[in-house]
Amino acid sequence: MSLLPFFQWCYQSAIGETIRESIWLFPVIEAFHLLGLGLTVGAVLMVDLRLLGVGLRKQPVAELAAAVQPWLLGSLTLMVTSGTLLFLSEAVKCYYSFPFWVKMTSLFLVLLFTFTFRRRVTRTGLASDRPLLGRVTALVSLTLWFGVAWGGRWIGFS
Amino acid sequence: MYPLDFFGWLADSSWSVGLHESQYAYSIVESVHVWAMAVFFGSVVMFDLRLLGWIMPRVPASEVVRRLLPLTIAAFVVMVISGTLLFYAIPLRSYQNIFFRGKMLLLLLAGLNVWLFHARVFRNVAAWDADGVPPRSARIAGAISLVVWVSVVFSGRMIAYNWFDCDRQPQPAFINLVTSCAATESGP
Repeated sequence: MSLLPFFQWCYQSAIGETIRESIWLFPVIEAFHLLGLGLTVGAVLMVDLRLLGVGLRKQPVAELAAAVQPWLLGSLTLMVTSGTLLFLSEAVKCYYSFPFWVKMTSLFLVLLFTFTFRRRVTRTGLASDRPLLGRVTALVSLTLWFGVAWGGRWIGFS
Repeated sequence: MYPLDFFGWLADSSWSVGLHESQYAYSIVESVHVWAMAVFFGSVVMFDLRLLGWIMPRVPASEVVRRLLPLTIAAFVVMVISGTLLFYAIPLRSYQNIFFRGKMLLLLLAGLNVWLFHARVFRNVAAWDADGVPPRSARIAGAISLVVWVSVVFSGRMIAYNWFDCDRQPQPAFINLVTSCAATESGP
């Protein structure tokens, strides 16, 4: 089964059409998407750097993770909402874009990883008992997020 | 030599044209600029939120500065270098772009805020370091920083759009004034 009809349906949706026909809607939504990216990177880095042994080293991982959690959830909501709107306006282009699929795959994997494995490592004492496990967790998280950022930037160039 | 002549000359130089017309170099520099921005903006926002008393109230403010500042500075350096290259690739058009000009003014404002904060507020951090909610002056500095950096990202993103470019006439007289388009406006 091909996903193309679904992408075409998204492209032809009223929201997609409105954004496409406006000269300023796409740029403004894109700017919000960028701000969401910055905020997400901030919230992710705080914890991942700590897991790597740099950054706020004196604070327990669990405390840091709990502190940034609402900001992570907020920025993810902003990114997914603005990203969906951008997608609707150029869904067919995305279907044929290799970076788009890299981004979606990385995004799916990183969200799954963040809310299962990474959540367990950061909320329990696992990271302090086994620093190596914490480091690997941070590297996987940062690598996957970089895949999302790479794909996102290169959708615009393709 | 006037700035317009200088940037016009720069725009015609071979390295500038080369970077502008390259297949990958320009895109790579732009990607690096965006990713450095994300790291810079992310770490700045985390510190601003701490100044506002909205995050990590139990971590001393000076501790957040000490641990995050190296990352912030490193990302800033990468951003300035890549940003300069982006400007160098399209100098005349960027110089006259209304969003670019706005962004440069906002950067000055951001710098002024950083300077005032470090000269006035952060100097006696010992007095409020452990406070979950820092004093009013620190909260104001944090709020200004948030608003200004959000505006910098916004105007930076808009530089790519040519709505107010000189070659798109007619524009309101005010636009042509603030973009120095009147000087280069030619034709019938």
